[in-house]
Amino acid sequence: MKPLAAIIFKDIVIEMRSKESISSMLMFGILVLIIFMFAFESSGLDKTVIGPGELWVAFSFAAILGLNRSLAMEIDNDCLQGLLLAPLGRGELYLGKVASNFTFMVIAEFIVLPVFFILNNLSFDQRFLGIVGITILGSLGIAAVGTILSTISANTRMKEVMLPILQIPLSVPVVIAAVEATSQILNNEKPEISAWLTILAGFSIVYLTVSYLVFEFAVEE
Amino acid sequence: MLSVITMLPALYMIFLFAPTEATQGNTQRIFYFHVPLAVIGAYGSAILLFTGCLGFLLTRDLMWDRFAACAAEMGVVFTTAQLLTAMMWAKPIWGTWYVFDSRGTLQIVLLLIYIAYFMLRAYLPDREKRAKLCAVFGLLGMVDVPINYLSIYLFRTQHPQPVISPGGGGVDPDMGKTLLVSSIAIGLLYAYFFVRRLTIAKLEEEVDYLSQVAAAHE
Amino acid sequence: MFALESEDIRKTFGHFTALAGVTLSVERGEFLALFGRNGAGKTTFLKVAATLVRHTQGKLRVEGIDISEEPEKARRQIGFLSHNTYLYRDLNPVENLRFFARLYGLKEPDKRIAALLERVGLGRRTADPVRAFSRGLHQRLGIARVMLHDPSLILLDEPYTGLDANAVEILNELLDEASRAGKTIILTTHDLDQGLRGATRAAIIDRGKVVFTGKAKDSAIRDAYASYIRGGVNR
Repeated sequence: MKPLAAIIFKDIVIEMRSKESISSMLMFGILVLIIFMFAFESSGLDKTVIGPGELWVAFSFAAILGLNRSLAMEIDNDCLQGLLLAPLGRGELYLGKVASNFTFMVIAEFIVLPVFFILNNLSFDQRFLGIVGITILGSLGIAAVGTILSTISANTRMKEVMLPILQIPLSVPVVIAAVEATSQILNNEKPEISAWLTILAGFSIVYLTVSYLVFEFAVEE
Repeated sequence: MLSVITMLPALYMIFLFAPTEATQGNTQRIFYFHVPLAVIGAYGSAILLFTGCLGFLLTRDLMWDRFAACAAEMGVVFTTAQLLTAMMWAKPIWGTWYVFDSRGTLQIVLLLIYIAYFMLRAYLPDREKRAKLCAVFGLLGMVDVPINYLSIYLFRTQHPQPVISPGGGGVDPDMGKTLLVSSIAIGLLYAYFFVRRLTIAKLEEEVDYLSQVAAAHE
Repeated sequence: MFALESEDIRKTFGHFTALAGVTLSVERGEFLALFGRNGAGKTTFLKVAATLVRHTQGKLRVEGIDISEEPEKARRQIGFLSHNTYLYRDLNPVENLRFFARLYGLKEPDKRIAALLERVGLGRRTADPVRAFSRGLHQRLGIARVMLHDPSLILLDEPYTGLDANAVEILNELLDEASRAGKTIILTTHDLDQGLRGATRAAIIDRGKVVFTGKAKDSAIRDAYASYIRGGVNR
């Protein structure tokens, strides 16, 4: 098994045992949806207008939780140093962690998404599939930037609390593109999402590349 | 000194020389401050911050880290000033403190990134670590700017909004000249502040070092 | 070929100089004990050699491989043990070692894993998650992890700290075995006797420089260390 695959496999086995990451992301995501439900129930605002934003607020904050948990596991017993000693490039290590984080995020989101549809009385038609696609693409971007930022924030005195401060401004393009695309899919017969897909894809490619190149500086002692 | 010299004619031109704009009246004159502050201050700082971060990652010379920190500081100040001038303009014209157009949103996100950079700096006490991690974050942040611009621009095209800018209608040649002079004046002001701040940063570091040495000798 | 060749290795953290020019050559099969006060630079030097910390200046070669140019190739030859064990609490010993085996690209490691676990006295605890282990058992598994990929250069940073008597014995046996098998060992410690026990050579680092090297069995090292402790070594 190649080292990169070994990292993902190891993370999956640990998650299957402890179930900490996915369950906390899941709970948090659903709680956000419920809060939105109560908060906007009496306002009479159109669900299709708020819906996309609500979904991605839930996803964004759940992602931050997941990213912090993932890194906390590597800090425990200084496991990250163990990974740094291995004959593995720093960039490869980054990609391995992105893959793990992405996997757990998507699994949690695949459960939150149907709940979102149910709470908002939406039927599970083609639109559901379209939004699944957007979710996957958006999560890749968030995982790409979040993995390196969580490594940076772990070094600060504020530790995990620093992550949202760093991550949210940088994730703005992903959130805008994802929300707009989701909105298009929900509300339009013929959704025009090509521009948004380009941004989501472009964001992921750019950040995966840049982070791959500079990850070394983020983990060096 | 030089910046003061250019500032005076700039102020003259802004307030007396440039013709009064038809619809917006004298409030429009904020334009001559706002635009250079935005372009030189906010975006110029972004380019400088990117350069500083890249410079540090390539050379590991702490000078680049100081450079980047100064650029970020200038960025915060000038972006805030730019937003304030936008607000000063918006209230009399539109009656609201703020209008969510694409440029404004981009500026706010940029300001948030500058502030995040500073928070990161503040919570990293170790010199070398701070330089490394801030360089990485600064780089990631500045790479975000063009992507942000694109996404906000596309957002605007899908949700057309009135083009509101203090630019007003018509490009009167006298207005053009005024803009040029004020741009030069603000540019020089920026350069002056930047160089001074950079010098102070170097001194701060030396003081830091000496106090560490002094503490070690006790 | 030298197992480790360090030429004028320097490392500064901001204004603090941790290593001020360490020049040291360790031959294959040597067992070097490295002594020095806290903050003298022992740990930093070991970490530079293990490629965990990047040196500011100088060259370092492990088994002829320049660690700046080919760090991954060098890491394959290096085993590093500090007081952190790098073990995942939710996995059991076998899973932990299998993971590291995969990281190092070892083919069919199960036999070796089983043998090592038996050797460090964990033969009966292979199915328990590491979470349940005491500190001593943690350390023993850590020792197994270091030896797993059969590194030719073994670096140990104060390995005896926090070990119970059993674990100390196991570690010493394993180190002796490794030494006899021709592996090179560099060990840092505060305890003079423990350090000199299996060592062939000894050195003292003070303020980022090597201030004394000599044969471990010579009495010179004891005298040098004694005066170093009192403050200052005759350079």
